[in-house]
Amino acid sequence: MSLEKRLGAATRDAYGKALVELGKKNPNIVVLDADLSKSTKTEAFGKEFPDRFINCGIIEANMVGVASGLAISGKTVFASSFACFMMCKSYDQLRMAVANPKADVKIVASHGGISVGEDGASQQAIEDIALATSLPDFTVLLPSDEYCAKALVMQAALTPGPFYMRTGRPKAPIVHSENTKFEIGKGVLIKDGKDITLIANGLLVFEALSAADTLQKQGINAAVIDMHTIKPIDTALIKQQCDKTGAIVVAEEHSIWGGLGTTVSRTVSLLKPVPIEYVAIEDVYAESGKPEELMIAYRLTAEHIVEAAKKAIQRKQL
Amino acid sequence: MKKASIDELKKLAQEMRKDIIVMLGKAGSGHPGSSLSVIDIITALFFNVMHHNPKDPQDKNRDRFILSKGHAVPALYAAYARAGYFPYEWIYTLRQLGSPLQGHPDRRKLSFLEASTGSLGQGLSIGIGICLAAKLDKKDYRTYCIIGDGESNEGQIWEAAMFASHHEVDNLTVILDYNKFQLDGPVKDILDMEPMEKKWSSFGWHTQEVDGHNMQEIVDALEKSKTVKKQPSIIIAHTVKGKGVSFMENNNHFHGVAPTADETRKALLELGESREEIEEVLKR
Repeated sequence: MSLEKRLGAATRDAYGKALVELGKKNPNIVVLDADLSKSTKTEAFGKEFPDRFINCGIIEANMVGVASGLAISGKTVFASSFACFMMCKSYDQLRMAVANPKADVKIVASHGGISVGEDGASQQAIEDIALATSLPDFTVLLPSDEYCAKALVMQAALTPGPFYMRTGRPKAPIVHSENTKFEIGKGVLIKDGKDITLIANGLLVFEALSAADTLQKQGINAAVIDMHTIKPIDTALIKQQCDKTGAIVVAEEHSIWGGLGTTVSRTVSLLKPVPIEYVAIEDVYAESGKPEELMIAYRLTAEHIVEAAKKAIQRKQL
Repeated sequence: MKKASIDELKKLAQEMRKDIIVMLGKAGSGHPGSSLSVIDIITALFFNVMHHNPKDPQDKNRDRFILSKGHAVPALYAAYARAGYFPYEWIYTLRQLGSPLQGHPDRRKLSFLEASTGSLGQGLSIGIGICLAAKLDKKDYRTYCIIGDGESNEGQIWEAAMFASHHEVDNLTVILDYNKFQLDGPVKDILDMEPMEKKWSSFGWHTQEVDGHNMQEIVDALEKSKTVKKQPSIIIAHTVKGKGVSFMENNNHFHGVAPTADETRKALLELGESREEIEEVLKR
């Protein structure tokens, strides 16, 4: 692909930095981790504010319960582990101790998706967004780059209630700038277009931009949205783009079941339906490999988005 | 709340046993066995040991209470009703559509509950979080948490047990309602938890064992637990499931089955209610 790729910090690194900044401003922030602080990047907060950091040990269910107790006692709690462990090992606790009491707990889980790479399927969360969006009153976020990640963390800290945010392991291509305005619940229309709208989040936002660049050369004018908030979904922006472009591709590093694709499709079905194509992980677990190899093997690249866009545009004629 | 005497506590517990039977009889479903095994402990906590103010349920300095074994919630509602947290008549609405008195404790419906419990194993971790917040805020309130013996099958209880002693959570008292039964049968047959005391002491906890129906022993143990420093405290309360109603005692049928109308009458008679009073209550 011809679009120049400028790698920025991994979104997990942006989270770690934002936490330290938050810790300085807000003495009410408490951070918990489950023996993965070097990887989730909460370690820096722990060094700076040891009294407000607990490395709980490999004990996710208890960690979420403790987070709930701290939160209902007035603390704003960030709790981190890998996305698969956070969501799958402590889902019942997220349900009854966080979602049910609407506790002010921000789950920020790293190593989302298959770009985890060599560690393989047990460490690659492909169902975390589906699980998180199913929890009543949870806000669900998946930032694309370091600017997006930082802005969302800072806003989440100021917004009461439960949050889930997925961060990623690899360095993330820069798709925004310091001047981009982010608002939880509002997608960012990075590039406008009239023929089709590419809605993506996480690492797939860069792929979508890259696909739009290719499509442009072939005479197709694609809009690109960074839909960093999956819940609540930005219905107004989706409606605007449906009306304007009449076709959609949703691209995400998540299972085809229950992720951004499902949410966008549900939203569109309640408006005036338009053709939608999906670039996502089929109903399978991935495997070990280099992140970039896996993204190709599991069909999560700009080329696959280009293919999907052409299919969707063709379906407009049906 | 002013402290009730041991005699007053015994009388209150007897009245609250009647409340439990009435609530469950009218609801037609629920868990009598556990509610009756835990009621003496709850009475001691709410009317003697804990600092709390029904007129200011969110008082920042109140002692906190979590019923981790949420299915015994009729015992808790009886205590809240009699302490004046909500109108007594509410107990007649248990488990009905629209009632704040849900089948298991639900903080969305009753905001002064510290936790929504019913999924076993969770309350202790939440209680520990509250204790850590107290330490961060330099507050001296105490957190009390009741867990069950069947509940102690759950791995999360032992995660929490390790965590609390490692972090020297000494503003926490756990009371184990050790009634020796779980849903499907005796604990020793389903998943034996013995040696119970050794498990907790080896996990770094200060342990006491009491007769969970002897009010003086319960109060003394709760008071003693407040003086323990640098480690969390557990009181293993040996109880009788269904305690106080002869045909429910150690009869695990009444784990999760409410008394019929006849059984409700029989139980209330045994607990000292008059026939007229019983018919009056059942009409409400």
